[in-house]
Amino acid sequence: MFNPDAVGKQHKSEKTFTVSADHVSAFARAIGEADTHNSPVTYSISFSLDSAQAFLQEQGLDWSRVVHGDQKFKINRPFVAGDVVATSATIESFRAVAGNEIVTVRSDLYCGDELVQQQWTTLVARA
Amino acid sequence: MREVALGTVIPSQSYFINRQTLIDYANASGDQNPIHQNEEFAKSVGLPDVIAHGMLTMALAGRYVTQWAGSTAKVKEFSARFTKPVVVPAGVDVELKISAVIDEVTARSVVLDITAECAGIKVLGMAKATIALL
Repeated sequence: MFNPDAVGKQHKSEKTFTVSADHVSAFARAIGEADTHNSPVTYSISFSLDSAQAFLQEQGLDWSRVVHGDQKFKINRPFVAGDVVATSATIESFRAVAGNEIVTVRSDLYCGDELVQQQWTTLVARA
Repeated sequence: MREVALGTVIPSQSYFINRQTLIDYANASGDQNPIHQNEEFAKSVGLPDVIAHGMLTMALAGRYVTQWAGSTAKVKEFSARFTKPVVVPAGVDVELKISAVIDEVTARSVVLDITAECAGIKVLGMAKATIALL
């Protein structure tokens, strides 16, 4: 059972993620993008949820039942090689509908003090 | 000059997803959930077959949007709901057809309302992208 009191809780990742040209290009190639230099629009999903996952599991989310409900990106600029990204995850909402647990987490992706991108991810732990 | 009038229909584009695409995307994104690679496992949890990562479908819609925008830096917001799974049977190249309509126009940006469908079934809901014009 997800802890309903977790709404509003925030978790800052202990580790940072460093964007590399190789990683951007591998992601671009995997989606068939011919431009392997600029990071694709959805690129940050490849590292943003790593720290949020453990945090959500601690709050009782059963990861083995999780499907992705919806996703939003707010992009101040694309990530570039050399960016060192720290993630802060905040649980924005929770509701239970017919046994499904629906959690929305916001990930704020910072390089130093610069808020580079934000994501909203809704995960559904199916009944 | 690209047409940016409200209601303009942007020509559709097809993208293809097969089992290898799912393996490549799993490796690049880090999402190794077996429902995207293992048929037996997918069926054991009530799915008809292996399904594509929702984020792969969204990434392909992102390619479509980026192509129209002219560069990845112009895409300021991008959102979608994963309404129906994209089922990927073994040995099949599944066609994902993406199109869009200009839904909103301001002095600085436009909003695209995106449709993504497989065999006539919409797989994304509320899919929108905000593109900077300047």
